[in-house]
Amino acid sequence: MQFIKPGINIDFMGKRNYAFALSAILIIIGMVALFMRGGPNLGVDFSEGWAIQIKLPAPQNISDIREAITPVNLDEAEIQSIGDKDSAEYIIRAGQSENINSNTLNEDLLKALTTRFGENSEVRSADMVGPKVGEDLRNKALAAIFYSILLIAVYISGRFEQKWTISIIMAVCFIVVVLLGLSLGASMKWLILIAFITTLLFCWVLRLRYAMSAILSLIHDTLIVMGAFAITNKEISLTVVAAILTLIGYSLNDTIVTFDRIREHLRNTPGKKDLAEIANRSVNETLSRTILTSGTVFAVVVALFFLGGVVIHDFAFAMLIGTISGVYSTIFIAAPFLFLWKDKPVKKSR
Amino acid sequence: MSKNLGLRSAIFVVLTIVALVYLVPTFSKELPSWWKFLPKEKVKLGLDLQGGMQLVLEVEVAKALESELERVAEDIRDDLRSEKIKYSDIKRNSTNGIDITLLSAQDVKSFEVLKNSLYPDYDMANGEKTENGQVVSMNMTQTAIQNMKASWTEQAKETIWNRIDQFGVNEPYITTQEDNRILIQLPGISDPDRAISLIGKTAQLEFKLVDEENSVEDALKGNIPVDDEILYNTEVDQETGRTERTPYLVKKRTSLTGSYITDAKVDLDQYNAYSVSLSFNKKGARIFESITGANVNKRLAIVLDNNVYSAPNINEKISGGNAQITGRFTSDEANDLRIVLKAGALPAPVTILERRTVGPSLGQDSIDQGIKAMLLGGALVVLFMILYYGFSGLIAVVALILNTLIIMAGLAFFEATLTLPGLAGMILTIGMAVDANVLIYERIREELRVGKTLRASVEAGYEKATITIFDSNLTTLITALILFQFGTGPVKGFAVTLTIGLIANFITAVYATRVFFDYLVINLNWKKISI
Repeated sequence: MQFIKPGINIDFMGKRNYAFALSAILIIIGMVALFMRGGPNLGVDFSEGWAIQIKLPAPQNISDIREAITPVNLDEAEIQSIGDKDSAEYIIRAGQSENINSNTLNEDLLKALTTRFGENSEVRSADMVGPKVGEDLRNKALAAIFYSILLIAVYISGRFEQKWTISIIMAVCFIVVVLLGLSLGASMKWLILIAFITTLLFCWVLRLRYAMSAILSLIHDTLIVMGAFAITNKEISLTVVAAILTLIGYSLNDTIVTFDRIREHLRNTPGKKDLAEIANRSVNETLSRTILTSGTVFAVVVALFFLGGVVIHDFAFAMLIGTISGVYSTIFIAAPFLFLWKDKPVKKSR
Repeated sequence: MSKNLGLRSAIFVVLTIVALVYLVPTFSKELPSWWKFLPKEKVKLGLDLQGGMQLVLEVEVAKALESELERVAEDIRDDLRSEKIKYSDIKRNSTNGIDITLLSAQDVKSFEVLKNSLYPDYDMANGEKTENGQVVSMNMTQTAIQNMKASWTEQAKETIWNRIDQFGVNEPYITTQEDNRILIQLPGISDPDRAISLIGKTAQLEFKLVDEENSVEDALKGNIPVDDEILYNTEVDQETGRTERTPYLVKKRTSLTGSYITDAKVDLDQYNAYSVSLSFNKKGARIFESITGANVNKRLAIVLDNNVYSAPNINEKISGGNAQITGRFTSDEANDLRIVLKAGALPAPVTILERRTVGPSLGQDSIDQGIKAMLLGGALVVLFMILYYGFSGLIAVVALILNTLIIMAGLAFFEATLTLPGLAGMILTIGMAVDANVLIYERIREELRVGKTLRASVEAGYEKATITIFDSNLTTLITALILFQFGTGPVKGFAVTLTIGLIANFITAVYATRVFFDYLVINLNWKKISI
């Protein structure tokens, strides 16, 4: 069986401007949504407060639930139905407050729910994260994303261009600067942002173009996923960050397969090279496997999304969006960017 | 190549058997008696799958440091008296130390000798000269502060461990973390609120004499004698639910603390009222005897964490070292009080930074749904591989099954914890595992199209694809390892399964399938295969 015929030759490179425009539009929509919501919707892991999951014997109105939980001072909370329509499961989110007696909350809440809705009410989980831990987790998540991308940049530069030394020096410099900045009390968020931009700048200046194209496609995927979360107003939790990091690693798989092919063709093509043609040929030749490999992952993620249950739902959603975006960015972002800037002639003045 | 084929197949047969052996403890209820030399590790379920509670506490070491300094200030006062060094003032300063105002230069000299012999953990510096004398600051050294904080955290951990041990929890996990934090995981507990109150109580038990000369009413108006303080008895009436607060005027100076307790028991008297009786060690018994002897017909307040439990009258000198705490206890309350008194006080109060509770039903639901998703996802992948690659697809499926086996066995081998994200990671690896086979098969197809023989195509396909597979898996491995480094709890579980999965995948998809192919094209000399 074959989905994609061997001789296929689609002019991906010729359409790259349309693709860039599409990506830009999607990212802008996502970022506008993010901006209008006042930043990412951080889950309890990264902010602070309570997230309580309850299950009632039968579906109820949100306002009735609110009334029922007033005695435990959760009436200011945000209440949301989760899962299927008839599952009667809800999530209650609230900030930390003096009025909430955290030492007896499980018991008190259960009592309030059973009095109102009957014996089969359940407090399925209750999470409380204090401000210190929230900040810790936030910084750890940012650091994890930063280090992943940096290490990947080193690996790709080393692997594809034999520029191990220069890329390692670059990475060490960045890590030292970030650690220094942190010890001086700088905010992690801005440090990481600046580090990202300078990493890209350095990749440009040092002509680590495989790394740069790969990182651009990674940032593309991350932004698309963030945008999708902003549009659907889903929460960014620890597991969602884990999903994003996995995506960063995984969406590169296709990119590397394609890069490998490009490198092979570059090596085997003597004389003057038509770079766009080589990129196009490589993308076409690897198109079948790019789609198949992501397709199998997509299949299990779909299963996870529909059957995995509420706790894992957002993780699956991030993977779902990310897998699609990963294929797209491999074909339309990583490969075209590799050849976007022409090889400068080697300076003769030496 | 064909020479090693036997060896290579043997390796994979052994690998499969080992993996299966490692999985037996997880899936069997009871191990046969002859199993004793074989692995017994089970795949552990995380709190999110089996239910339970996770707490992160912070030991408020700053407070402990304050009271430590107060105590040292008291000691120094005694030392100065006994050494006849004249001073006008001793007080705690804001730089983790104590300021002492000494009268003369001679006093400063004698003090320095005293400090060097008794308080080596303090640096001494001369401060300003006032009309009352020379101010001398002794500040605790940074190393001493760090050591104390670490030891308090460690001590708090030990105490909490003892309390939980008494309470009875299966396989609790308690560890200290940086910044004076303690991580506590209690799998399967059904009453998280009670566990929290048990763990979070400082349980500082103090015996203080009630001031019988001055009246509480006067003190409440603001005339508190210098050596006294007002403490309350707070009780909730179990019928009306109303809170009653009774003030007591007690001496600030603590006569006896709970640190001398050797045992605590719950008693039930003839009126069905619970009480907790304490036994002191020899030193505690002696102190208790002398206090009660010297203060007959006065009241002695029993104070736990600044709440007066009771203030019984001392009728006579009590020797033997036994005391009793009464109050309106329920049986659980009395038992919890017994536990905290026996396990001892925390060196400092603790605050809860993070608490997560998962009920057992949610955990079970998560497992069921996870397995369902795994079966469907697996079925989709298997179906696709067989439809798309025919017989070769079947070989990939065999590798996939071996891969899943190795992940599970790996979890048991490393005694890792399977969390819900970990389960998701396993499902994800099912999708990723066949990627390697797709890459190899596509490459073989390409070689076949150029007109190579099957044998040459297989060889070239594996050879060219392997390095690509290695490269592409390595980036995922990098992020998985970083997740392991920075992740906590469930996310760490995800990183572990992903890491094991990626490595297992490389072994099975690249090397195990090759054994099959080599056997078919070399030994059986197949010229065609459905791919």
